[in-house]
Amino acid sequence: MSTVSIPAYRSSSREWRERLLFLLFVGPNLILLAAFTFWPMLYNAYLSLISWNFLSPTRRFVGLRNYESVLSSGIFRIVLTNTAIFTIVSVVLTMLLGLGLALLLNRPLRWRDGARAILFTPTVLSGAAIAIVWIYIFDPRFGLLAQILGWFGIGSPAWLSDPNWAMSAIIIVYVWKNLGYAVVIYLAGLQAIDRTLYEAAEIDGAGAWAQFRHVTVPGLSPILFFLLVTSILACFQAFDIIAVMTDGGPVNATNTLVYHLYERGFVQSQAGPAGVVAMVMFVLMLILTVLQLRLVERRVHYS
Amino acid sequence: MALEQDISIVRTGSGAVASARRMALIWRVLGYLAIMLSVVIIGLPIYWMLIASFKISREIYTAPPSWVPLAPTLENYPNAWNSAPFARYYINSIIVTLATTVSKMTLAVLTAYALVFLRFPGKNTVFLIILAALMVPAQITIVPNFLTMGELGFVNTYWGLILPGAATAFGTFLMRQYFMTLPREIFEAAEIDGAGHMRRLWEIAVPLAMPALVTTGLFAVVSEWNDFLWPLIITSTDDMRTLPIGVFRLLDQEGFANWGVVMAGTMYVVLPVILLFIWAQRYIVEGIASGAVKG
Repeated sequence: MSTVSIPAYRSSSREWRERLLFLLFVGPNLILLAAFTFWPMLYNAYLSLISWNFLSPTRRFVGLRNYESVLSSGIFRIVLTNTAIFTIVSVVLTMLLGLGLALLLNRPLRWRDGARAILFTPTVLSGAAIAIVWIYIFDPRFGLLAQILGWFGIGSPAWLSDPNWAMSAIIIVYVWKNLGYAVVIYLAGLQAIDRTLYEAAEIDGAGAWAQFRHVTVPGLSPILFFLLVTSILACFQAFDIIAVMTDGGPVNATNTLVYHLYERGFVQSQAGPAGVVAMVMFVLMLILTVLQLRLVERRVHYS
Repeated sequence: MALEQDISIVRTGSGAVASARRMALIWRVLGYLAIMLSVVIIGLPIYWMLIASFKISREIYTAPPSWVPLAPTLENYPNAWNSAPFARYYINSIIVTLATTVSKMTLAVLTAYALVFLRFPGKNTVFLIILAALMVPAQITIVPNFLTMGELGFVNTYWGLILPGAATAFGTFLMRQYFMTLPREIFEAAEIDGAGHMRRLWEIAVPLAMPALVTTGLFAVVSEWNDFLWPLIITSTDDMRTLPIGVFRLLDQEGFANWGVVMAGTMYVVLPVILLFIWAQRYIVEGIASGAVKG
């Protein structure tokens, strides 16, 4: 009897030790995530329902009035339009240029890995530092771009101080910074496509376009989708380059969601509207992520 | 008749081979053109920053600008160093980057080990909670986190700079996926030999998972070094500011009037990352690529 009960007692104590160890290992990470990732979302929801300037001791509960005033405000419509234009144009340009480059680079070429590394470099550099370099490049009188445009007899626009050109300037910098990332991802996707599919297509007499259409595109579709969603999310979160290059201006021409959140919270000290903007951003990103998960699931089911 | 047919088959065959060769050659030439053009376009702004940092002020304000510094000078570097407390910015950036990275790597390894190798009721729920954190980008937490830091008295301190980035959902996910691929037999054999979890963690799991751990660390270093929004908000004095905020302030002070000095300042920010990238290029690029392909 006793010989049976002793190991049972031991194994249950070991079990408890293992559970304790689990809590010790997971605890710090979980507590920090709770404090600085999950709690802020509840806090945002609360802030979005009150009227407060961060300093006053009184916080007035106003229900959904912050949502009404933010969502119907002219500035918020401008911000949403800017975010949409910025995201769509940057993502489409990056994905198309990246695909073209990756297709051209996807063969045994000398210096290819070196070129890939140089293309990727802007991705790892500080957005603030890069933005400063580009302010200098965009300078309409002494800048690099003004000179290059001059070769073609084109006068340089006043990129960053002209509301009609500022967004184009921001998009150019983003595409420049993120192109290498897209190329690296595309190349990895292209190399994962089974070579024998191309050989089979060639035996069937498929030309370059037919091979691209019927082998490359289907083989690349998970990568295309991954890139699409991650690029859209990255554009939604854009801040450093916009803050340094234009401060959201001129006249709100480059004011996008994160910048607007920063502006409401830390420039205008409006806790409620800042909470509303954060909630709207969260919902938009949640929709995108869920969409991604749905489509990934479908891909797994059908393949 | 039969002979003629044979010949025509041979002809069209060799013609097809020749045209396929020609196409391959055209694609190769286009490939090299793409390499040259993209390297020039991507590299030019970086080159422009570099040469402007060696130009004297007079040369910068001449149109058209020169492509090679006519009178190369190093004086912009000490000038930038002296017009803003760059030594302090460096110390702050290094402290914050190192502390955050070490914390992220440690917590990722511990959490992932627990999730894969320790038994705990409902541990899949714990994993799902950590995954859910991936859906909350840091940008939308800035206002509440600033208020929390205010309550804790951490505004404009290292704690304030470090704490919100100290945990990691992404790193945990990466390490967990890697631990899952490790052969269980090794761990079982070690258990039979009497090795406790601590020994199995440090002597088996960590050495085997080194590639994933290095990737986690490199991503953390790069993103912390470049982080802009949170340090901009949480710091208010020069003795706490990090490099990206420092160079932004240098632009306010000197920009437009003294591009050479400002470009030297931006070199201070990007040079450490460029050196790191040259050294660890394979790890970073392969890490990004494999993450995407495996999903």
